[in-house]
Amino acid sequence: MARSIKNQQKIINTILAWSIGLIIFFPILWTILTSFKTEGQAINDPPLFLFFDWTLDNYAIVQERSNYMKFLWNSIFVAGGSTILGIIIAIPAAWSMAFAPTKRTKDILLWMLSTKMLPAVGVLYPIYIGCIKLGILDSRAALVIILMLINLPIMVWMLYTYFREIPGEILEASRMDGASVWKEIVYVLSPMAIPGIASTILLNLILAWNESFWTLNLTAAKAATLTAFIASYSSPEGLFFAKLSAASTMAIAPILILGWFSQKQLVRGLTFGAVK
Amino acid sequence: MMSQLNTRSIARLMMAPAVILLLGWMLAPLTTTLYFSFKKYLPLRGGDLGWVGFDNYVRFVTSSAFWPSIYATLIIVGSVLIITVVLGILLALLLDQPMWGQGVVRILFIAPFFVMPTVSGLVWKNMFMDPINGILAHLWRFLGLEPLQWLSHYSLSSVVMIVSWQWLPFATLILLTAIQSLDREQLEAAEMDGANTLKRFSYIIIPHLFRAVTIVILIQTIFLLSIFAEIFVTTAGAFGTKTLTYLIFQRILESQNVGLGSAGGVYAIILANILAIFLMRIVGKSLDAKES
Amino acid sequence: MGYIELIKVTKNFGDLEVIKPLDLEIKDGKFTVFVGPSGCGKSTLLRLIAGLEDLTSGSIKIDGNDASNSQPSKRGLAMVFQSYALYPHMNVYKNIAFPLKMAGIDQTSIDTKVRKAAEILNLNEYLERKPGQLSGGQRQRVAIGRAIVREPSAFLFDEPLSNLDASLRVGMRLEISELHKRLNTTMIYVTHDQVEAMTMADQIVVMNIGIIEQIGSPMELYQNPKNIFVAGFIGSPKMNFIYGDWANKLNAHTIGIRPEHIDITSEQSEWKGKIKMVERLGSDTFLYIHESGIADILTVRIDGEESYERGQEIFLHPKKEHLHLFDEKGIRL
Repeated sequence: MARSIKNQQKIINTILAWSIGLIIFFPILWTILTSFKTEGQAINDPPLFLFFDWTLDNYAIVQERSNYMKFLWNSIFVAGGSTILGIIIAIPAAWSMAFAPTKRTKDILLWMLSTKMLPAVGVLYPIYIGCIKLGILDSRAALVIILMLINLPIMVWMLYTYFREIPGEILEASRMDGASVWKEIVYVLSPMAIPGIASTILLNLILAWNESFWTLNLTAAKAATLTAFIASYSSPEGLFFAKLSAASTMAIAPILILGWFSQKQLVRGLTFGAVK
Repeated sequence: MMSQLNTRSIARLMMAPAVILLLGWMLAPLTTTLYFSFKKYLPLRGGDLGWVGFDNYVRFVTSSAFWPSIYATLIIVGSVLIITVVLGILLALLLDQPMWGQGVVRILFIAPFFVMPTVSGLVWKNMFMDPINGILAHLWRFLGLEPLQWLSHYSLSSVVMIVSWQWLPFATLILLTAIQSLDREQLEAAEMDGANTLKRFSYIIIPHLFRAVTIVILIQTIFLLSIFAEIFVTTAGAFGTKTLTYLIFQRILESQNVGLGSAGGVYAIILANILAIFLMRIVGKSLDAKES
Repeated sequence: MGYIELIKVTKNFGDLEVIKPLDLEIKDGKFTVFVGPSGCGKSTLLRLIAGLEDLTSGSIKIDGNDASNSQPSKRGLAMVFQSYALYPHMNVYKNIAFPLKMAGIDQTSIDTKVRKAAEILNLNEYLERKPGQLSGGQRQRVAIGRAIVREPSAFLFDEPLSNLDASLRVGMRLEISELHKRLNTTMIYVTHDQVEAMTMADQIVVMNIGIIEQIGSPMELYQNPKNIFVAGFIGSPKMNFIYGDWANKLNAHTIGIRPEHIDITSEQSEWKGKIKMVERLGSDTFLYIHESGIADILTVRIDGEESYERGQEIFLHPKKEHLHLFDEKGIRL
């Protein structure tokens, strides 16, 4: 008896969950579908789901007309660059906090996290003016540095929690086996920490890719990333839904895929470990 | 003594770049903003016009745009919080149940969070909310109703809808993690003690979720206060959707009244810090818990 | 090789004095066991010798050289951790080879030494496997192999058997003892289990809250415990302690007698009582006697073949030559 009730329950759950899931996912699905339509069919009433003339034209047009590749490259450069730069700085910092903690370690960690809480508007002008004075407004370099800085606390934090999960005795054993601090990091710690480092990189790539404050305000023609590029579609000419969909799909596809792999990291990184 | 000391100085060296950079990142811009907040500074109309003390601070809160911005901020942040937390709990509970294809359903639920804010803003604005060509317009017409002018007449609700869609996955994921960390045996014991589903929910699950919900609320509040892109690409602050953040942004970059905008920025920083203190306390406690 | 001296060693963690001023001499080639209850400081002492903790004061000499400030790897010691601490991403071969690699030894020599250690510990078949694929006992051996290969002047063991199943423990105990005979190197072994101490040690150091209560060979500690703590710690089941009039009669504050040194007689005898509980282990039978007027519970060991009924009245005869007398401070008289 219990078993058939369980199965019944499972069926209900499945139907309910899938329905809600599809509703939530619908905007994304719709965007992807629309990217393959002609502009005329994109605004068709009633909306066409699968039976339309599939075409890749929009993708071609978006690339030709607005040099999509350049923006894509900027996004990759900025997201990747800030993540790599951040990781190089964050790994040693997290190491020292995890393995050589002092009484102040906890406070320093919390302070670092609090810098992430800083509202961007609060420092908008100084950064803006700073970039102008240094001649780096609308440059990828400026974005790389700024995005690195705003995500550094999360990177340090995540690495710290991953490092702490490594059993201390293994590192002591390596010390007894004659490894210097450097060799300890290279031969013992890093291999064991690779999953943690990978997770941190993953989450940060996503956060940097989607960042939409600094990328919108500090860039113009040269360094604009995909976020800014898409924003330029907000005052369009003529029919543009299909093209918008194509551009959007290309912009979000990489992250959707990465995002699937990074759910656990998301929880760890953005709740600062307070929820496990 | 040597062995530990060596490690300690190396450790300090390794922490230095991160600490110095973040310190610089915090201090330099902050002091600059503070500096400007006490000046009348209009780069487009005369430049540096001297010290004005707390004038900017007063003018900021007495300007006619101030209270509407507070109103907009409260409505948006508050509504999104309520929607995401309530729905988040329900969805998390659902996801926790046995079903087929759970992995895929999870992806469906979580996807919106990974969509760029500019993309989600524009997709919603045009493909859904456009009163002529949007899907919602089609749907309204199908039901025989006049399509709504979402962004011009129901602007706050529209923004709330878009932002909730984006942040619901976050709340769901966090709450799901929290639910799954609940000791199964507790629930089983309660079941044996005769508690039905509703009672188990109220007496065991809800209290356990309390902490996670608090964290979700705190973190989301901090991030929601500074949402920008969604407003930027949909309404550009019109129709009463100008939040505090957007107002400050406009003062600084659009009307270029740097002094006034900086004062606003200082207000925003203070507000965020107050929230941060609460959040840090909880995070700090969980750090200590890990120690013991 | 392997002569270790601790001179006036202390260790504080913050304000907490974990090790009080302590002197200890460990002779070359001896198997020394640090034993004591949780928190007595035995692991801390081991880690001080290893160099994983710094001394608060005092000094440590290894083979006559002051090692107090040396790095752990420079002290010529090898440690086997309680959790084995194997490198999970390296296979057995690489785990054992690691210390040699760190020392910069050439590959051929490394190979010879690793294979020799694997030979001694029966690990030849497992060299390619990773720790995750090994059983507890096998991991234990890899940890020991990693230590052997360094040819240290002394081995340090930190409760190595506590993570093993009871059945495995006896076998590993013998293996470690045999290893000691074979290598003839100093071994310092920390455990809370007095059975391990008694069976493996040349010399036992009994510790209690940061001080050494007594040092001696297993039999010395068993037959001549210096104080109540050592008397109660060594020997299982625990020695019976008797206070009050019975003790005063013999001019002592407390008297102690081990369960194995009390005989059961059918005739009238000095002590009598009622059996509260009987435990039959097959090899031995333990009787727990109450209502004796001597102590709350007296534990008596008798031969495994015999047994009595619960509630039965019984007469006890303590063997006079095995009575231990203690004064009010707990010191042996």
